[in-house]
Amino acid sequence: MHELGIVFHIIGGVEGTAAENHLEKVSAVVLELGEVSGVVPDYLTDCWKWAAAKSETVSGAELRIETLPAVTHCDGCGTDYPTVAHGRTCPRCGSGSTWLLTGNEVNIKEIEGY
Amino acid sequence: MNPVRIIEVKQSVFADNDRRAAQLRRELKERGVFLLNLMSSPGSGKTTTLRRTAELLKDEMNIGVMEADIDSDVDARAMAAAGVRSIQLHTGGMCHLDADMTRQGLDELLDGGGVELAVLENVGNLVCPAEFDTGAVKNAAILSVPEGDDKPLKYPLMFQVCDVVLINKMDVAPYFDFDLEKCREHIKMRNPDAVVIPICAKTGQGVEVWAAWLREQVQAWRG
Repeated sequence: MHELGIVFHIIGGVEGTAAENHLEKVSAVVLELGEVSGVVPDYLTDCWKWAAAKSETVSGAELRIETLPAVTHCDGCGTDYPTVAHGRTCPRCGSGSTWLLTGNEVNIKEIEGY
Repeated sequence: MNPVRIIEVKQSVFADNDRRAAQLRRELKERGVFLLNLMSSPGSGKTTTLRRTAELLKDEMNIGVMEADIDSDVDARAMAAAGVRSIQLHTGGMCHLDADMTRQGLDELLDGGGVELAVLENVGNLVCPAEFDTGAVKNAAILSVPEGDDKPLKYPLMFQVCDVVLINKMDVAPYFDFDLEKCREHIKMRNPDAVVIPICAKTGQGVEVWAAWLREQVQAWRG
């Protein structure tokens, strides 16, 4: 259940940004989640509801999750391919020396508030 | 009602923790304290390995251990019985420690001074602890033989963030389908820089190689 720990860090980050921008109340948080970030959106949403209720600034705020596609680069042939479909083995040349370009992000994209 | 404003943040959720971890590392450097973050799945032998390590190093450096668990204090008691200063941290249900929780533990462990090597025995888990920088100078993982040589493939992040991997319970290798060379290859695929040391914490086999590695790291950090 690392989602709970992650939610605490999201709330901490959102509270900080809200204070810097003189927001009294946050109504929505937009989160970018990479496809292979290892974070389960449903668990994250459940943890969010529970933990956000304890924060004066964030309570009641909606958590909107945007999924970012995972893309892997192959050092063998230089191809970029979708990670979820093919994993760590390059579908073009079969090489295993590949690395993740994008897809493990857990970013706060923006917050809405007043 | 005030108009709703949209504020663009575009920042990783882990950025704040990473900053705090870096700050903690700077402070440890100034104080001459080396912090090791020891991670593994439950039951791989973290506490037994630490006891063996302490036997080899405790006469030449002052060691303190933080045992992080969801509940109980059996590990802290085991370390204390071995004559090592130890404290128990409870994570309140969380599966990992972050930089702030590590700092709180260190405040207690380092109180009174003297500790040169501080070890954080993280929560037994191959997933979550790898995501949070604790502020440690080096990360170590233990992978035990019964877990299988394929774990670096299944839990890649853990092996990516590690400086050293101890392969523990080598004494039972003949009874398991565990290929040490294959395991080395799997680790190398995920992290070419990781040092791999086979040990058996129960018999002491190989522990002196690990202790030598750790001694070198502590000396280099303390200058």
